[in-house]
Amino acid sequence: MENKVKRELPDDLMSKMNLKPFESTDIGHPEVQRVAPKVRVTSDENKVVDSLEDVIKENLRDGMTISFHHHFRNGDYAFNKVMDLIIKMGYKDLTLAPSSLTGVMNDKVIEAIKKGVITHITSSGMRGSLGDFVSHGGLKNPVIFRSHGNRARSIEEGEIKIDVAFLGVPVSDPAGNANGQDGDAIFGSLGYALMDAQYANKVVLLTDNIVDYPNTPASIKQDQVDYVVKVDKIGDPDKIGSGATRFTKDPKELKIAQMVNQVIVNSPYYKQGFSFQTGSGGAALAVTRYLRQSMIDDGITASFALGGITKPTTDLLDESLVKKIMDVQDFDKGAAASMAKNKDQQEIDASWYADPHNKGAVVNNLDVSILSALQIDTNFNVNVMTGSDGIIRGAIGGHQDAANAKMTIITAPLVRGRNATIVPNVETVVTPGDLIDVVVTERGIAINPKRQDLIKAFSKVPGLKILDIKDLQKLAQEQVGTPKPLEYTDKTVALIEYRDGTIIDTIKQVKD
Amino acid sequence: MEIKTTGVAGTLESSDIQIMISKGTDGIQIDLDSEVAKAYGDQIKKVITDTLKKYGLDNVKVKATDKGALDCVIEARTLAAAQRATETSDKPELGVL
Repeated sequence: MENKVKRELPDDLMSKMNLKPFESTDIGHPEVQRVAPKVRVTSDENKVVDSLEDVIKENLRDGMTISFHHHFRNGDYAFNKVMDLIIKMGYKDLTLAPSSLTGVMNDKVIEAIKKGVITHITSSGMRGSLGDFVSHGGLKNPVIFRSHGNRARSIEEGEIKIDVAFLGVPVSDPAGNANGQDGDAIFGSLGYALMDAQYANKVVLLTDNIVDYPNTPASIKQDQVDYVVKVDKIGDPDKIGSGATRFTKDPKELKIAQMVNQVIVNSPYYKQGFSFQTGSGGAALAVTRYLRQSMIDDGITASFALGGITKPTTDLLDESLVKKIMDVQDFDKGAAASMAKNKDQQEIDASWYADPHNKGAVVNNLDVSILSALQIDTNFNVNVMTGSDGIIRGAIGGHQDAANAKMTIITAPLVRGRNATIVPNVETVVTPGDLIDVVVTERGIAINPKRQDLIKAFSKVPGLKILDIKDLQKLAQEQVGTPKPLEYTDKTVALIEYRDGTIIDTIKQVKD
Repeated sequence: MEIKTTGVAGTLESSDIQIMISKGTDGIQIDLDSEVAKAYGDQIKKVITDTLKKYGLDNVKVKATDKGALDCVIEARTLAAAQRATETSDKPELGVL
């Protein structure tokens, strides 16, 4: 069958897994039933245990679903510690359902797949050796990729049913009151892990830092926690985020950032109390700096900044240019450290952030989002998942979610090396073009024809070159040539869900 | 045109291609290493082959390490490597440029 973004979906898999094709970005007002976790009642004041192996033996069975969070990013010690034991203990047929998979986890996941320990995966994304392994058909069952908001929805609605959540934290008390803000390996917001803590049947905290009861602020609360496992070291603080955020010197990125800033300040949304979300890429960080200067010059302040937060954004909070930060994740040390000091930097969970099936997520209140892309096609569909070689090397993250902003801007260089970024058809549709309003490249901007109001607003701006997206695509092709179409086998290695759980695209095994 | 030595041109920087040319016996044989081999491998080999033939070289062993170079870069690096291999760098064939 073909879905609404003209992607052919495998009928057998769709019916076998009871999946529905993507229809529309309009979520509407469905009534949904949420699920609740099983609770093993305890009144223990002290849940500290020394043996992780005993905890696993007592709680994990073959075929169960386990989860982890990725807030430690590449400084994570929790995942490999737990998976080492699970592999050693000979478990089979587990479903791995982390908030995402970072590079340090790759080799362990591959080992677990090869040994039959892990047979199903759902994640926000994967990169490196694991993406390569899965793209070459290494996992029998297709990976399900979900955005952060969609993961929250799937957990709430029981599509992801977590049996045991293993959550690393830099601090906890003996009863399980924990946060991401104190200790050696701080990462700030626990946003994604809060879903697991709330909905998993068993919640196992791992920490190297047990403090006196009660530990506050408590992001994860004692009423959610079954065990607190003491480990030697839970993470490497130097690898959690980039240290001091370096400002890009790349003239292409700077030009794109300047143009993005022009787009923002000339849009109807740029007024007292506006809101925005930026990512962590070089151009996005530079946008924050240009936007800061514009806001000072124009005497405009923002009501909130959302998302994955970086130091340039917390600097805006310190300068009172941004009134609040709604923080689901911190990308660098500065932003993580800022959370502990600043009551206006509010920790939010993934549901509050972006769940499409709740009573209102913050992304719905968002004016402007600035997002990146691996590829954009002439229908404005965006790929953030597969490279131009068809291999998995990305993550949905909050892309589909933040694209619900009133104005969604995609930034990308026209070409990367010999790969065109603006293409006739993206390899994989992740975020539908319906949600994309403006594409900014160093050669000019393209505006979704649906947004005649923006075309009108930006036509008057000196220096802002507006092109048809098809012309941008041609410019790219003239520069790099016409690539030979990639070849895939019939095997589906991954399914891309839209936020509402419908299937927006699939990824096939690459042919070598 | 005769190949007298091994000629190298280009770097391993992004958007460049390094071409190493030495004497061959069995036509133009290209060993290509490229991140975009699937999409542009044939095109890269065609540019190298055409450039060498225009320079009057028919039996060449080519080792090409591509970092996403555009056609104009591939042509320039191939030509430079060919001039070095044939020791004609000081008297370039302006006709093929």
